[in-house]
Amino acid sequence: MASTKYDIKTAVDQRYKHGFVTDIEADTIQPGLSEDIVRLISAKKSEPAFMLDWRLRAFRHWTTMKEPVWAHVRVAPINYQDIIYYSAPKSQDDRPKSLDEVDPKLLETYEKLGIPLHERAALAGVAVDAVFDSVSVATTFKDKLAEAGVIFCPFSDAVRDHPDLIQQYLGTVVPYTDNYYAALNSAVFSDGSFVFIPKGVRCPMELSTYFRINARNTGQFERTLIIAEEASNVSYLEGCTAPMRDENQLHAAVVELIALDNAKIKYSTVQNWYPGDEHGRGGIYNFVTKRGDCRGVSSKISWTQVETGSAITWKYPSCVLRGDNSVGEFYSVALTNNYQQADTGTKMIHIGKNTRSTIISKGISAGHGQNSYRGLVKVLKGADGARNYTQCDSLLIGDKCGAHTFPYMEVTNPTAIVEHEASTSKISEDQLFYCLQRGISREDAVSLIVNGFCKAVFKELPMEFAVEAGRLMSVSLEGAVG
Amino acid sequence: MTTVAGSSEFYLAQFSAAEGHLPGHDTPWAAAWRRNALNRFRELGFPGHRDEDWKYTSVKALEKQPFDSVLEPSSHLALTDIERLIPAGVECIRIVFVNGHFSRALSDTAAMPAGADVSSLATKLRDEPAAVQSLLENSPTVFRNGFGALNAAFMTDGVFIRLAPRTVLKRPIWLLFISGDQDRAITSQCRNVIVADTDSQATIVEHYSTTGGKATFTNSVTSITVNDNARVTHIKLQQENTTGFHFSEIDVTQNRDSFYHSHSVALGAALARTDIRVTLQAEGAECRLDGLYMGDGRQHVDHHTRVDHVKPHGKSTEYYKGVLNGNARGVFNGKVVVHEQAQKTDSSQTNRNLLLSRNAEIDTKPELEIYADDVKCAHGATIGQLDDDAIFYLRSRGVDEALARNLLTFAFVDDVIRRIEIAPLRKQLEQTILNRLPAGTSLRGLV
Repeated sequence: MASTKYDIKTAVDQRYKHGFVTDIEADTIQPGLSEDIVRLISAKKSEPAFMLDWRLRAFRHWTTMKEPVWAHVRVAPINYQDIIYYSAPKSQDDRPKSLDEVDPKLLETYEKLGIPLHERAALAGVAVDAVFDSVSVATTFKDKLAEAGVIFCPFSDAVRDHPDLIQQYLGTVVPYTDNYYAALNSAVFSDGSFVFIPKGVRCPMELSTYFRINARNTGQFERTLIIAEEASNVSYLEGCTAPMRDENQLHAAVVELIALDNAKIKYSTVQNWYPGDEHGRGGIYNFVTKRGDCRGVSSKISWTQVETGSAITWKYPSCVLRGDNSVGEFYSVALTNNYQQADTGTKMIHIGKNTRSTIISKGISAGHGQNSYRGLVKVLKGADGARNYTQCDSLLIGDKCGAHTFPYMEVTNPTAIVEHEASTSKISEDQLFYCLQRGISREDAVSLIVNGFCKAVFKELPMEFAVEAGRLMSVSLEGAVG
Repeated sequence: MTTVAGSSEFYLAQFSAAEGHLPGHDTPWAAAWRRNALNRFRELGFPGHRDEDWKYTSVKALEKQPFDSVLEPSSHLALTDIERLIPAGVECIRIVFVNGHFSRALSDTAAMPAGADVSSLATKLRDEPAAVQSLLENSPTVFRNGFGALNAAFMTDGVFIRLAPRTVLKRPIWLLFISGDQDRAITSQCRNVIVADTDSQATIVEHYSTTGGKATFTNSVTSITVNDNARVTHIKLQQENTTGFHFSEIDVTQNRDSFYHSHSVALGAALARTDIRVTLQAEGAECRLDGLYMGDGRQHVDHHTRVDHVKPHGKSTEYYKGVLNGNARGVFNGKVVVHEQAQKTDSSQTNRNLLLSRNAEIDTKPELEIYADDVKCAHGATIGQLDDDAIFYLRSRGVDEALARNLLTFAFVDDVIRRIEIAPLRKQLEQTILNRLPAGTSLRGLV
C-alpha cells in the first residue's frame, strides 16, 4: 500500500521518457516562444485573422510582464524558451496497444479508485480505437446534445464554426492583460473546450471532458469557454480522479464562464496531475486562471474543486457577481502531501445588488506539504444587501507541514454582511482511538476522518465523482500517517 | 528632479543639521547606530502601495508637506493644559513629553517605588549609555520599514523603564505625548524602551494627544521586553486631532510564562497606523491584544498586528472592533504565525466591524500561518451593520430609531472598552465615545 505513491511516479515517469518523441512530422515545432511561433500556431490551426490578432496582442503584452511572486509557494525558475508550444495529437503507434501493456501498478490505482473498466483504458493512454468503441458512445451523447441545441466541442472547432460567439465572448472575463499566465495562455493556447447553452435550455446531461475523446490531448495551455444564455442550466466536469499521465511541466490554463440572466453554471474540477516524488522532485506546475462572470440578473456560478495533484497549484476560481441577485459559490478541497505546495482560493467580487456568495474551503496538509487559502471578498459601493459567508478549515497531519490562511475582505457598502471564519486542527487522538478500538485500521481511520472533514465539499460534486473523490483522498494520503 | 516637500529626501537632508543635537551624539556606538538607521531609511524610504503591508494605507499625504524636527525642549504648556487629558481620579506616575522632549515640570514621579528605574531615554543615553546599548542596537524595529528606521535616526527622546525583579507597580505609569505648534508643522519622534524583569508587574499607558495648530507627524516606537513570569498591561490611547499623522510601532518580546495585555484605542488623527508585534519566544507565554478603532469624516485608521508563536504552550487571544462612519476607512490586518516548534499553541483572533455610512470602507485580513500540527488556531472576521431585529426590539419599546442605533453602536464599542481595568479611564473613554455619537448626549446617563 505504502509504496503506491512511488509506483504512480514510476508509471508517470515512464511516460516522460516517451513524451513527445512522436514521428518526425511537421506537427511538432521547435521549442521556444516568439511572435513567429504564435503565428505558426495560429496558422496550423487555420484560425481566422481576429484570433491571430488577439494572440499577438496577448503575446506582446506578456513580454512586458513579470511572473507573480506574491503567492506562498516556492517555484523553481521556468525557462519559457524551453517549452514546445505546439504539438499535434500524438500518433496512435506510440501508445500501448491494450491494457495488458500498461503498467500494472497504474491499473492497481485505478482499481482502488473504482474507475469503470472502459475508462481505465482511455486514461492510461491506450489508443482508443484499439480497445473499445467509445467513439460511438461519445457520438450518441453528441446527438443528444445537438438535439437540445447545446454546442459542446473542442475550442478550435468553435473558432472555425462559431467565430461570432468566440469573438463576442473570448477574453471578456479573463482579458489577456489579467496576469502573467493568462497572457501566456492567450498567446499560445493549443485547444480546450467550448460550451454554449442556448436560451432556456437545461443541458440534458453532465458535460464531461471524459467523453470529448477527439479533443484529448489539449496540451498544457488549455482554454475553456462556457456560455450559458438566459435561463439555461449546465453542469460541467473537468479532469478526473485517476492519476493522469502527463509530460508537461507547466500547465497554464484559462477558464471563462459567462452566465446571463437566470442562468446557472456548475463547474466541477478534480485535479490529480503528477505531484512529484516523495522528495519533491518533478511534478506539474498548475497555474490556472478561472473566472466566472454572473453577467445577468439572478444568475449563479458554482465552482467545486478537489485538488490533490500537481507539485504546485496556483489557482483562484472566482466569481464576478455583476447581475443583481446573482450567486457565487466556491467549494474546495485541497490536499498537499510530500513536498506539494498549494496556494488556492477564490475571489468574490460583489457588484450587483443582493448578490450572495459562499466559500467553503478545506485544506489538508500532510508530509512537508504547504497549503494556503487565499481569498478575496470585495463588496463595491453599489452592492446593496450583499452577503458573504466564508469558512476555511485546515487539517494538519504530521508536524512538518503548514497550513495558511490569507483572506482579504474589502467592503465599501454599509448594507453588506461579510463573515469569515477559519480554524486549524489536527486529527485528534480521541477520534483515532475511537476508530481503532472498533477494529478500524489506522490508515482507514484517518481516511474516514478526512472524508468526514471534506464532506461539505464532496456533497457538491456530481455523485459518481463524489464517490471517487472519497477514494482519491485515501490514495493521496497513503504513507502520510503511521 | 524635483523632490516632494516632505519626501524621504527631505528628512535625509535634515539629518546632518540635526545630528549634533540628538541625544547620544557624543557616544560613538549611538552615533553609529543612528547613521546605520539613516542608511536603512535611505534604502527603504516611505512605504508605497506596492508593499503588501501598506496595500490599503497610502502615506502620500504625509510626504506632501515637510515636518520639522523639534531639537530643543519647549515649555509653552502649563500643568492645567495636561491635567484635563488624564481622567480625574486616576492615581498615576505621570511622565510627559512635549513635541518629543521630556518635560520635568509637567511630570509627576513622586510615587515612583524603589525597583523601578524610570527616566527619559535622552538622559539615560547621556548618563548611562551602557544600560541601553544592547536594547537599542538589537531592536529589530530599525530594519522593518522606513518609519522604524526614520525614528531611530531622528529619535529625540522617549521613556526608559526597567523594572527590577519582583517589582510590582501599584499605580499605572502614564506616558503622555503631546505635540503641536502654532506656527509650523512638526514631527515628534519618540522611542520608548521598557523592560519588565522576572516576576515584575506594571500597567503602562501610552497616550498620544495634540494641542492643535499646524499639522503634526508622530512617529513612535515602543519596545517592550516581558521577562519570565512578568505581567505587563499596556494601554495605547491615540487621541490626536484630525491634523495629525500618527505612526507607531510596538514590538514586544515575551519570555517564559509571561503575560502581556495590550489595548489599542485609536480614535483620532487624520491618518493613523499602529503596528503591534508580539513574539512569544519562550514556553508558556500568553498575550492578549484588544483593540478599538473608530473613524469618521475622512479619517483613515490602520492596525497591523502580528503574533509569532515560537515555542510550545503559548496562548494568544486577539479581539479588535471597528466602527467606521462618514468617509472613513478602516484597515485591520492580524497575522498569527505558529512556528515549527510551537506545539500546543492556542490562538484565537476576532475582528468585527460596523459600517455606518455609505462612504465608509473597511479592509480586513486576518491571516494564519501555521507550521506545527498540534495546535488550536481559529480566527474570524465580520463586517456588517446593526441588527435590524435588535433595532426593532428597541423601537417596539418606545425607543426612537436614532437613539436605538446609538445605543447599539455604543454597546458594540463598549464591549472592548470594558476590558480596560482602570475604571476612571474606562468612564472617560465611554464619555468620549458617546460624545461622538449623534444622539449620544441622551445616553449620558448610561455611564
